[in-house]
Formats: sequence, C-alpha cells, structure tokens
Amino acid sequence: MTKKFSKSTLWFLGASILAYAVLEILISTQILNTFWNTIIRIGGVMAIVSIGLNLIYGFNGQFSLGQWGFYAIGAYAAADVTYRWSINKSADGLVVLFLATTLSGIVILWLRKKLANIRGLDPLSAFTIYLAATIIMSALAWWVGIAVTPAVTGALNILPAPVAMQVVFVIAVLLSAILAAEISFLFGLPILSLGSDYFGIATLGFSIIVKILLDNSDTLLGFVEMKGARGMVGIPKETSLFWVFFFLVVSVVLVRNLLRSSYGRAIISVREDEIAAKAMGIDIAEYKILAFVLGSFLAGLAGGLYAHINGFLHPNTFNFIKSFDPMIIIVFGGLGSITGTVFAAFAWALILEGVLRLFLPQGFETWRFVVYPLLLLVTMLLRPKGIFGEYEIPFLRQILPPIRKPAETPENNSTVEAQS
Amino acid sequence: MTGTNPSAANDPLLKVTDLSKNFGGLRAVNRINLELFPGDLAGLIGPNGAGKTTAFNLITGVYYPTEGQINFKGQDIGGLAPHVINQMGIARTFQNIRLFPSLTVLENVCIAYHSHAGYSMQDAILRNNKFEVQEKELLEKAQDFLGIFNMQDRQGEIARNLPYGQQRRLEIARALAADPQLLLLDEPAAGMNPNESIALMDLIHFIRDRFKLTILLIEHQMRVVMGVCEKITVMDFGEVIAYGKPDEIQSDPRVIEAYLGRGAAELSEKLQRSKTQ
Amino acid sequence: MNTSPIAQLIQKIIKQGWMGKSFLLLITLLAVWRLVVALQENPILFLQQVVNGLQLGFVYALIALGYTMVYGIVRLINFAHGDVFMVGAFVSFYSITRFQLHTWAERLFPAMPDGVSLIIGALTVMAASMVACALLAVVIERIAYKPLRNAPRISALITAIGVSFFLEYFAALNFVFSPNFITYRRPIEVVTWAIGPGGITTLGGGIAPPPGTILISNIALIIILTSIILMFGLQFIVQKTRIGKAMRSVAYDKQTARLMGINTDAIISTTFAIGAALAGAAGMLYAIAFSQIFFWMGIIPGLKSFVAAVLGGIGSIPGAFIGALIMGQAEVISAAYISTPLRDAIAFSILIIVLLVRPTGIFGEPEREKA
Repeated sequence: MTKKFSKSTLWFLGASILAYAVLEILISTQILNTFWNTIIRIGGVMAIVSIGLNLIYGFNGQFSLGQWGFYAIGAYAAADVTYRWSINKSADGLVVLFLATTLSGIVILWLRKKLANIRGLDPLSAFTIYLAATIIMSALAWWVGIAVTPAVTGALNILPAPVAMQVVFVIAVLLSAILAAEISFLFGLPILSLGSDYFGIATLGFSIIVKILLDNSDTLLGFVEMKGARGMVGIPKETSLFWVFFFLVVSVVLVRNLLRSSYGRAIISVREDEIAAKAMGIDIAEYKILAFVLGSFLAGLAGGLYAHINGFLHPNTFNFIKSFDPMIIIVFGGLGSITGTVFAAFAWALILEGVLRLFLPQGFETWRFVVYPLLLLVTMLLRPKGIFGEYEIPFLRQILPPIRKPAETPENNSTVEAQS
Repeated sequence: MTGTNPSAANDPLLKVTDLSKNFGGLRAVNRINLELFPGDLAGLIGPNGAGKTTAFNLITGVYYPTEGQINFKGQDIGGLAPHVINQMGIARTFQNIRLFPSLTVLENVCIAYHSHAGYSMQDAILRNNKFEVQEKELLEKAQDFLGIFNMQDRQGEIARNLPYGQQRRLEIARALAADPQLLLLDEPAAGMNPNESIALMDLIHFIRDRFKLTILLIEHQMRVVMGVCEKITVMDFGEVIAYGKPDEIQSDPRVIEAYLGRGAAELSEKLQRSKTQ
Repeated sequence: MNTSPIAQLIQKIIKQGWMGKSFLLLITLLAVWRLVVALQENPILFLQQVVNGLQLGFVYALIALGYTMVYGIVRLINFAHGDVFMVGAFVSFYSITRFQLHTWAERLFPAMPDGVSLIIGALTVMAASMVACALLAVVIERIAYKPLRNAPRISALITAIGVSFFLEYFAALNFVFSPNFITYRRPIEVVTWAIGPGGITTLGGGIAPPPGTILISNIALIIILTSIILMFGLQFIVQKTRIGKAMRSVAYDKQTARLMGINTDAIISTTFAIGAALAGAAGMLYAIAFSQIFFWMGIIPGLKSFVAAVLGGIGSIPGAFIGALIMGQAEVISAAYISTPLRDAIAFSILIIVLLVRPTGIFGEPEREKA
C-alpha cells in the first residue's frame, strides 16, 4: 500500500532538506567557516537534548534536571567506543556495549511483562529486581564480549576504513542512547513517584553524581582513556552536519508521531491532571517512565553526537550549571512546543557561542555571561511563556477531524438539549 | 446482565462490605456497607465531612482500604490501582471538576478511550496503516460521543475556556467514554443554579437509560437527590446511618438529627405525631 | 487462591515492599559499618571529623534557611541565593580592607578594652554584609521575581538561574570583584586549642598538638555560636512577631492572607531580605573559616545548602537546620573515611535515599492529595 503524505509532512520534509542543502552549500563555499559550522552542529545537538527534555517536562510535566547527566552518559559511552576503535583498533567497546544494552534491554522488557502481573509491587522493590538483573546481564556481556571481540574486529576490518569508522560511529551513538535510556529507566523507576520539585532535585543530584564519576573516570571507573578531570582527547571527529540533521529530523518525527497519538495524549494527560488521568484508566506510572526513558534516549543520542564534534570531552562540560541549558532552551522556546524548542536551541547556540563570542566590543569579551543572563531575564519578563508559547508548525500539530454533520451522529433525536 | 444467568440481575454489581479507612488516628469511614444492583440510580448523602468522598476514593482505588472488601462484578477490587479499576468498568467525576484543562474538548474524550486504542505504540511511531485507520476510528467515535451530549461543535475548544455547566457536562461525557458499568458522580450539581440543576437531572436520567448504567451520586442539593435517586444511603461521621427510598429518608429522625441536630429531630418527631393524631 | 506458606510469604514480601527496603538497608548498613570501624580504629580522629563537620554544617544551615523560607513562601527555588552568599563574603572583605570597618570602635574609643572593640568591630562588619545582602535580595525580588508572580513557576525559576549567572559573571568583572581568588583578611586572629584528657592547651608558635587531642579553633566556636544565635533570632521572628505571623499566613495561603489585610508583597520582600541577611552572615563566616574568596564560591555551598533544606523538608526551619548538619557531617566524614573525590556524590546519594524513604524530606509535611 502506498502511503500518502499530507501537505504539512511534505512541507516539513522539504524545508528540512532545503535547510540542510543551503547550509551544506554555504559551508563548502567557505561562506560559513568551521567556527559557524561547529555552532550549527552544536545547535542541532542541543535541539535534540531539549526535545527530549520537552517531552519529559513540557509534555509529561515531570520537572527533570537530570537531562544533562544522560547527555554526559551518552557522550562518554559513544566516545569510548569510537576511541577504542580508532586508537586501539579494537571493537571491544562496541561489542560489550552492544551486548550489555541488548541483553539488559531484553531482560528489562521480559521482567516488565512478568512484574506487571504482580499486584502491589512497590517501585523500590521493582528497582532492586531490575538493578540486579541489569548487573548480571552486564557482567555476562563483559564476559561474552571479550571472547567475541577479535571476530567482530576482523569482520569490521573487511570494510574500507572510513566506512567501518562511520558504521562504528553510528552504532556507537545509537547504543549510547539506548544505554542512557536504560539507566534512566532504572533511576526513574523509584524516583518518578516523588512530587514534582523533589523529582527535580533528585534528578539534579543524578546529574551531579554523573559529573563527579566522570571526574574520576580513570581512577574509580577504570576507563583509563577517559582521563578523568584532565579531559578525554583523541575522539574521532565524525559528527558531520548530515548526521546532526538526520538525527534531528528523526527525533522530531519520532516525538511528533508519538505525541500525536493516543499514547501521546496519555503522556500529556499526566501533565494536565494526574488524578483525573488515573481515574480515566491511564497508568500514570507507565507513561511517566515512558516519557522519561524516551527523553533520556534523546539526551544520550545528542551526547553521542556532541562527543564527536570537537573530538574532546571534559567533565566540566557536564557540570550542574550547564545542566540548566536545556531547561532554559525549552522555557525560552515555549514549553510544550517542539517548534519553539528547535528554534530556541539554534538561537541559543548562535547567540551564546557565536554572536557573544565574536561581536562584543573590544575590552568587553568577559561580558559574555553578563549579557546572556540579561537577555534571558528580559525574555522571561516580556514573554513568560516563551517565544513560541504553544505554537506549532502545521506538521507538528494535533489535527482535529472536521466537525461532521449532525445527521451522522447516531440517534440524534435522543440527544439532550445543550443548556444555554 | 448476562442473558445466560437468570440470577445475574439479582447479584449486586457493587458490594461494599465493612469498609473502613483510617487516616492516622482519624477513622474517616467506619465499616460501611453498600449494595448497588444493575440499573440502580442511588444517592449517597450526608453532612460535610461524613466520609462520602472518602468512600468514593476507596471504591475507585485512590485510597487503599484499611479494612473491608469491595466487590465489583464478583471480583475483589480493594486496593487495585485506580486505572485498573477504571478499566474494569467504574468511572467517576470529581467534586471540583478535573478536566484536562489545556487540552481540547475532543482530546479530553479521546483520553478516556485510550485503553481501547486499537494500535500499539510502534504503530503510532511508524504511522502505519493500522494506526491511520484506528486513530481515525477513535477520533470519530469520540466525535459521535460528543454529539450525544450536543458538544460536537465545541470539539476544538480548550476545556478550561468552557462555561461551568459545559465543563460538568464534559466531565460526565468523558467518564462515560470509558464505557463503564458503574458511574460515580461526586456532587455533580455543586455550584449550579436551579436551571442548570434541572438540566443536570435530565442528563442523569438520560445517560442512565441511554447507556444502561448503574449510577451512584453524592449530592448536597436535596432537590437533585430527591428528584433523581431511587435509593438513598445516608452517612454521618463515617458511618451509614440510614438507607431507603427518598420519602423514607426524608422522615427518618436519625437523618434529620444528622443534618439539623438533636432538637430538630425531636421537633420533627413531635410534628409527625401531632399530624397522625 | 494459592495459600501455601511460601506463596503467602512471597505475597507478604511484595505487599510490604521488603525487597526495596532491604536494598536500602543494605546500603545504610554498609555505611554504618564503615563508620563504626572508623570510630573503633581512632575515636579521637573520628571526633575531630565530627567537629569539622559541625563547623561546616552550621554555615550550610545559615544559607539553607534562606532557601527554605523563600521556597516556603513563594515556592521558588531561589538559585541566586548562593550568589547572595558570595556577595556577603565580598562585602565583608571590602569593609575590612577598604573601609577598616572592624577597627572603628578602637579608633573612636581608644580606651576601650581590645577584646570588646574587636567584637564590636567584627559584628559591625557582619551587620554591614547582612544589610547589603538584604538590600540586594529585595532589589532582585522586585526586579526579577515580582513581575513573574502570576506566570508559570518555571519562568521564575529560569529567571532565578539568570540572576545567578548575572551575579556571578558580573562579580567576575575586573572592576567589580575580579575573576581571581582573593585572600581574605580575617578581622580576628586564629587561635587553636587542643582539647584532650590532659586539659586544654593553646597552640601557636610552633607547639605541636599533644597526641590524643581534638583541635578546636576560635573560628569554629564563633561560627557555631553566631549561627545558633541567628537561628534563635529567626525562630523568634517567625514564631513570635507580627511579621512572622504574617509570613506564616502568606506561606500557608497567599490569597487568604491578602484578604485578611496582609500586604503580601511586603511580606515576601521581607522574607527575601531576612534569608539574604542570614546568607550574608554565612558569607562572612565562611570567608573567615576558609580565608579565600572568589566569584564562584557561592555555587557549591549554595547547592549543598539547598540540598540540606530539601533533606530536612523544604519549608521547615528546623528541617533546614538538621538537614544542614547532616550535610556537613556527610561531607566531612565521607571525605575522611569513604572517598575524597566522591564526597559530593555521597552527599547527593544520601539525599536521594532520604527522599525515597521520606518523599518530602525529614521534617516535610506530606503533600496532600485531594481527589
């Protein structure tokens, strides 16, 4: 069956491809130099993280400050895999991460079916069971992974080197996104039942713990190549404009398709009124975790892309002050507006990383972070609901079917009078 | 109401036995018993703080009962999660209207249909044919449903912008969209003027007949209770103090005492006696 | 229904949530075991750590009070509070180095005993930073938060983050506080006492502390005493005065308080001012204790104090106090006995575990859910 695309879909895809093509031309003709190229890619990456956070906070109503922690996890996990491939010439990272995420994923999905039948299981106990299962699976993955690594390395080496690099890169980014999603599932399980502000603080704690662990990644976690607080260098710079655009469009479509369905309405109903949602048959715990896991998946994805932009990672990029950036972006763009989020992410990158770096007058370079909060304050005071409010481009809107003729309603004669 | 079992009509749809709920040291509901048969239109009344809403919350799973049993269609539902209870066939409205305020009228109804959505999340994300067909069907079903309540032309309006009476109506419509057998209405006439109350009474009669429902309602407006309910349970201080037909309840001295105090009860008793003499 | 004893036991384990509880218990027991071992190995060293933790905890307590009061009254996580604390430290620094404020009593009344004039001088410096911080907080509140009082809560939070950034980076400008570490000149000399079974020895001039003693400095005593006095003062204001009564009523229900004739805007400003004044005092105490100040110094203590407030139950004054003491101990003791680089991670893990057991903190009132 051939699928018909609606006008808004064609318009959206066309505009995305056009934007990509224009940027690609501008870059190849050197009208936009590497500096701006990097900023655009960072804007795209920020758009992906922020869409994820908008799903969690803007649509599901869960005040999360943990997005940055999952971003960090994604970045370091993907970077480690590609580093091991390009520097150590070994696919061990790829194999172990693949086995760990898939095995844990399968076990989590299996346990979820089993545990759903148990009446009155508290989230903390469920968390303990999942945690034990995940640890066992990861250990298994490690053990099996080391054994099969040489075979996989050999197989990948059959491919031409640049192709193999690309393959490893894309798989690494996807796997690190899955890793972030699984960790968010484990963490979210007990935490999501907390009230909104307390949930926010617990997730902030998560981000900070992740950052501290990264500071000590070489000593405490045993990943020598991450070099702890000195910063990880030598990551292949594989994130091209194409990949950023590709994953951004995929993320937007994914989130839009989910939100504009019955499942999306269930997610939004949790934000609107938890008690009413429960009374209408919505399993709110389920939809909170769904939004949280998907949002963290996008954070992990964006992290993986970010790691391969500069080829350099430092734990300070992931400190808690910066963890407010995605929150600022979604509020700036408009909570519950994907259009606004994408716009705000690019605007944020262009202004903060570009304009304020290049165009502040001589002697005022240090004023970058003085001007930035002032811009933020003025925007918030003038437009407390963000630049776009809840506006969406047609492609992202919920389409209401046209009002049908009253004759089509069954037993129209028995309808009650609407009160005046 | 299975045709095969002739005694089904005599089995209670909802049977609450010795149900109690403690909040710390406070016993909000104390060993109440309640029976509803298919097709009943029953009322639950009592002074403020009598434990009526707590009883609703226990039946719908918002609270975990301290003691006692709640049987619905022969199954023990005490302590089940609210969404499970809803999916089993009990829907409710709230004392202070709880719509999904920033969603449209149509989306409000669609959410109630969620557990009947005929497609999986994968279908939704891939936008495959199954999704397109089922989603269209779901939306049209919701539209038809709004049509029954004469609200179809308001489908695109944001719920919080509706006038008060319409919000109540939408809340009832939303509860019914989940296709329940038992509908619990928590003070549906609260804040309504007399005209609106009359329209509400018509609506309650209409939905009972149209959807073949059993309805239990909490209400303070005596005019509504007496005009709608066929059986009334009276609660005071967490206990059931009377049960009967509306006219029986009206003359029950314990009920009068609960509402108006002991003196009033004695006075009304004297009046009754003087009437009969 | 399966009624075999094993099935019943499993049922019970599930119903009571024993699996999750035993997991938390296991973690707690591990930590307790580590502490008991440490206490047995060297009780004196352990006590020394507890004293150090107390000193830190009391500073956190002063900052935490500001967070908890503001949150209690406007439900805003005031992220700029930590930077107000930083400003407090700098104000005290400049009033000492530029204006010699700590010596005014000595200069005016040379006959006054040294001790008295020093105390008066130090108190004046503290008062100066408290007043400066209170004014700053009121200005921030009026400009940045008040216009957003009816906007979504998140807008005010983003504004708070903006204000925090602004204060930090504005302070980092060369003509303000400069981006460098600055050595703080204490208005008082440090005196350290070694307390042990052999009595109290005053250290200094190259005397090594006798073995088996705990070191306590006058700084620690000053911090603890000042904090306690300020906290009692706050408790008095909140519980006994008209303003305190008004504050509590606004925290409970802003709308009703306004209908009762309370000027809610003034009360909210007062709350910000009192909280900031405490942070100003904390800034000075912190600077005295660690003798180094810089423009980012507010972030981490601010964050930890905020966590302390949440730990104790945000909105509760005794909660903030207890939470801060716990945070202080957690930080010092985990640095000493578990892992120095992980000490902040451990402090946050404690927060998460406490929230799992008591979702609204130790003294927090459970959130009421109305159906």
